[in-house]
Amino acid sequence: MAVVWTFARNSVIREMMFRTNFLVETLASMLWVGANIGFYLLIFQYTPSIGAGTGWGRYEFFIFLATSLMINSIVHTIFMPNADLLSERIRTGLLDFVLVKPMDTQLLVSFERLDLSTAGNFLVGVVLLLFSLAQLGWTPGLVPIALYLFYVLCGVAILYSFMFSLAATTVWLGRNQTLYDFWFYLTIFGRYPMEIYRGTLGTPLRLLFTYLLPILVVVNVPVRFLVRPLYPQSAADWLLPGFALLATLVCLWTCRRVFTAAIESYRSASS
Amino acid sequence: MRPAEAIEKRGKFFARRLPRAGGGFLYRRLALWLTILQLSIQERIIYRGEFFLGALMRFLPIVTQILLWAAIFEAVGTVGRAEIQGYSYRQVVAYYLLTMISRAFSSMPGLASGIARDIRDGTIKKYLVQPVDLLGFLLLHRIAHKLVYYVMALGPFVLLFYLCQGFFDGWPAPEVMAAYVASLVLAFLLGFYLEATIGLIGFWFLEVSSLIFVFLLLSFFFSGHMFPLDMLPIPWREMVAVLPFQYLAYFPSAIFLGKVSGEDLWTGLAAQAIWTLVAFILARIVFRLGLRHYSGFGG
Repeated sequence: MAVVWTFARNSVIREMMFRTNFLVETLASMLWVGANIGFYLLIFQYTPSIGAGTGWGRYEFFIFLATSLMINSIVHTIFMPNADLLSERIRTGLLDFVLVKPMDTQLLVSFERLDLSTAGNFLVGVVLLLFSLAQLGWTPGLVPIALYLFYVLCGVAILYSFMFSLAATTVWLGRNQTLYDFWFYLTIFGRYPMEIYRGTLGTPLRLLFTYLLPILVVVNVPVRFLVRPLYPQSAADWLLPGFALLATLVCLWTCRRVFTAAIESYRSASS
Repeated sequence: MRPAEAIEKRGKFFARRLPRAGGGFLYRRLALWLTILQLSIQERIIYRGEFFLGALMRFLPIVTQILLWAAIFEAVGTVGRAEIQGYSYRQVVAYYLLTMISRAFSSMPGLASGIARDIRDGTIKKYLVQPVDLLGFLLLHRIAHKLVYYVMALGPFVLLFYLCQGFFDGWPAPEVMAAYVASLVLAFLLGFYLEATIGLIGFWFLEVSSLIFVFLLLSFFFSGHMFPLDMLPIPWREMVAVLPFQYLAYFPSAIFLGKVSGEDLWTGLAAQAIWTLVAFILARIVFRLGLRHYSGFGG
């Protein structure tokens, strides 16, 4: 824990060396988020909800959007730069220096750097979340809030597992820019409510991205605890959160296995 | 073969083949252009495997967009409407697919940032000391990239539009089709010169990446890539009408769908041509001024 804290401190110091650049980058990434919110504001000018009778009205959907923003912001701030660094180190052979350190390698390479430029999006997410809750006039109880936070962390863990499994495959593939693009396009599927995946095209996709590659549970499950129309009411509604927990554990375990196998196959470049 | 040799050889080839009307200068010019084009094409097809995967993955978001619009229109239907600002569900999806073609012409990945980088690290001197014009060279380079892209993306695009043909009402009339093609070509030129101008601002500021990002964001949002611009509420719609961005994606697609027709079509095309000319002149002026300001850092 102390090590992680030191890493975080170092990253903040590094970012603050180029303060203007940091500010401009934060603003730029917030602008992007703003454009996205603008798009949905426009959509809700014309439609009462996304999907008929799904309960995803304007503010319910904004809570979804806010949660998606927060989860993605955490992943991009903490894990994206580290996954990049891991790939790069495997490619150049610099991973040697990490392997000799007296500490769990995966822990070390997961938290070493922070990219604070997307951290601002987290705040945007929090503001949007609180604003939407206020608009709905709905104060969730302590248990739903706790479950929400817990499942947000589960979502982060699932995305982390995907990202680091992909980064670790650099050991076998050498270079994997395409894999990163794949990750990016994969996560796009997780940015929408599950309810839109219907019909001959949508249903197979929903099953694929829920049960095989659980991208859809990342945002969909936590949001369900905060938004009233989708709040779990019957026993069957608990199946999905239960599955999400299982999915998180399986993802983390798989990631660990892939990582360990990668380290074992790692033969250092150059040197 | 080194570029210089290639140009020499090609120059001789054209000198033999064509009648000697315009003198040697024109032949050499033509030969130079063709060589740049050919070299750029070769450079491009080295990475074809990666390209195919990339092209396929770029089509994935289409699926979610189609599903999203289906859900939106389903909800719109519950309040007794079938259209949003004159667009039915099928038309919105058709519009979205058409903007992918527009963007395939007008988007210039890496152009502005490439120019800015060349200025910063001094690589730009390469163009300044050689008898090639930077903007002309980059334009040919870009045409080559686009040509290769179209040839390779043709398969995926044909497949995509075949699968999605239910969203379209068939081909537009020949004159509309001609206007559509003209609009796409203008979109390419407009996109090129707009982005080149942004990159050339790097002559004055060493770090322009955030400026480029903001420009790309504006162009992405106000070109109508995400939704038909007709959906914007009034003050925004008027603002977008006086910006050049709508000609990068919205305008060609609107022509194809018959959303602009008659006189509007021709005045729109004229406006697009004028914007292209303005962007061309602007890029030239900025380049000229920038060169005067330039002091050549780095080895």
